[in-house]
Amino acid sequence: MSRLAGRFAELAKEGRAGLVTYVMAGDPDAAQAQAILDGLPAAGADVIELGLPFSDPMADGPAIQAAALRALKAGASTRSALGQLKKFREKDQTTPVVLMGYYNPIYIYGAEKFCKDAAAAGADGLIVVDLPPEEDAELRPYAKTAGLDLVRLATPTTDDKRLPIVLEGASGFLYYVAVLGVTGTRSAVTDEVSAAVARFRKTTKLPIAVGFGIKTPDGAAAIARNADACVVGSALVQQVIEGPAAEAAGRVHGLVKALAGAVRAARAKRTA
Amino acid sequence: MTQLNSYRSGPDERGHFGIFGGRYVSETLMPLILEVERAYTAARKDPSFQKELDYYLAHYVGRPSPLWLAERLTKALGGAKIYLKRDELNHTGAHKINSCMGQILLAQRMGKKRIIAETGAGQHGVATATVCALFGLSCTVYMGATDIARQAPNVFRMKLLGAEVKPVTSGTGTLKDAMNEALRDWVANVENTYYIIGTVAGPHPYPMMVRDFQSVIGRETREQIMGFEGRLPDKLIACIGGGSNAMGLFHPFLDDKDVAMDAVEAAGLGLDTGKHAASLQGGRPGVLHGNRTYLLMNEDGQIDEAHSISAGLDYPGIGPEHSWLHEIKRVNYVAATDDDAIEAFKLLSRTEGILPALEPAHALAHVARIAPKLPKDYLIVMNLCGRGDKDIFTIGERLGVKL
Repeated sequence: MSRLAGRFAELAKEGRAGLVTYVMAGDPDAAQAQAILDGLPAAGADVIELGLPFSDPMADGPAIQAAALRALKAGASTRSALGQLKKFREKDQTTPVVLMGYYNPIYIYGAEKFCKDAAAAGADGLIVVDLPPEEDAELRPYAKTAGLDLVRLATPTTDDKRLPIVLEGASGFLYYVAVLGVTGTRSAVTDEVSAAVARFRKTTKLPIAVGFGIKTPDGAAAIARNADACVVGSALVQQVIEGPAAEAAGRVHGLVKALAGAVRAARAKRTA
Repeated sequence: MTQLNSYRSGPDERGHFGIFGGRYVSETLMPLILEVERAYTAARKDPSFQKELDYYLAHYVGRPSPLWLAERLTKALGGAKIYLKRDELNHTGAHKINSCMGQILLAQRMGKKRIIAETGAGQHGVATATVCALFGLSCTVYMGATDIARQAPNVFRMKLLGAEVKPVTSGTGTLKDAMNEALRDWVANVENTYYIIGTVAGPHPYPMMVRDFQSVIGRETREQIMGFEGRLPDKLIACIGGGSNAMGLFHPFLDDKDVAMDAVEAAGLGLDTGKHAASLQGGRPGVLHGNRTYLLMNEDGQIDEAHSISAGLDYPGIGPEHSWLHEIKRVNYVAATDDDAIEAFKLLSRTEGILPALEPAHALAHVARIAPKLPKDYLIVMNLCGRGDKDIFTIGERLGVKL
């Protein structure tokens, strides 16, 4: 069983949703980024999304755009992101890590070599934001050979006619983008998300993670009542610049703890 | 290489020109891109759509634009006979409105009430703001903060036309960042918004659709040159940033194998300086803004900033069909520097009484380079795709004249 499948099975057994935390590789610098990543599991992250920095992240809002540019300015690259993951894996062999980014750096790295190197570094899956099902045949076979799940995105614009196209070939989990818009801007509306999750459950057995627009412990708890996992990214990345750079990891982990507590208590609260 | 029956049959049903093009967009946009494609496919087959477009092109834009035999320029260069396709005489002063008119008619067929656009030099922004004013639709134009500073007259023009101009400070504050921001807006407002892309780039169907709308340039040229000369030209020349004016001139001639085509990229300070906007000559294939095409980037696939005196050519990519035409060698891609463009600007102003925009001044620089060595019966048609009024401040600065 893959690390991702194993983790979602454990979560189901525990009867709770997971917390997926997104951080940007190399942000704000190599050392702090490593400290941020390494401390996520202890702070309560169940799954980690590690952002690959890209100069033109057109599906991301201001917080993640700024994080990518900070990382690039500090010398980060696709290669250094894999190096950061490799170091993480020296200490943690159980927490699933999904690499999330845009296609151009992967294409330039070489799709086949990237999948091979990512798997060797300890990645479990890939999310490539600008590679929809119509175009991902150029990456999918290599991901499969390397044993990486290729996570597909569903959005409020993914209707029932389109959903099967998204699900065909999806693996790991289904990532539901809960708002129309870029990361970290609008807030997800709980009722609409519940309805969408219920709709997806009818057509797929994949775990459903919900992201975009979840900013606070309360917001995370609301999503965690129905979804299999909730994803928080922009709010965490924003913590990096909320104080001295040397203390960035402490701030990020502080928010992860609060989010994890809320997510773990979410269903208990409902039954109480 | 496989022998093609036609160079004009692309793209395939998935929007690919060879390995280029495609639909590399986020899932949120995918259904909308497919909707635009369906709507355009239907409009393309609908004679009433074409009739409506023709009406506005004739009576509002002022088409057909003249084909002008530039006799004094020809004499000054002393070689090939040079014709200028005068698309700078269109309403709003550039070829951009050809595609804006087509797209806004499509947006209305689709029931969209709000229009967004990106702009570099401001010509596409002005053309978009113009058609929005004409049809009473709300208009938001994204423009890099750097470009806003160097194209003040066009910014003011857009505002006078009722558009909201949103400065983009993210990234490098130029055209590529404006396009990122327009895509972000579109993702957030998919239900009511139509994105009028200004060039033959972006996700399918945009490269095909913008090309189709701009092809009116080449179709008219064909008819006009037959009228003057009774034969097709020997060579077509146009500048390229994204490449819409070049695609519009070239496409109707692609299957005429005796018609050569040169497209001129902006070499900025020089191709060997790294400060240029020549994606084909200085870049390599990658994926950005919805399509695979030649891009300027570093070894990690991070997009580089482009450099050109002309804001309209200052883009690190190029339309995917150009990438394909480059690889199959149907079109010859060359370059002209900032300095070359300034010299050409001065040349045309004094020989023909026409101030060209800095974009086609690059094409003219190439004309001036090759024409003297060619025989007098060699026919060149150059697309004069924009007028230079917007550039007088840039030129003044370059020439040390304070306006």
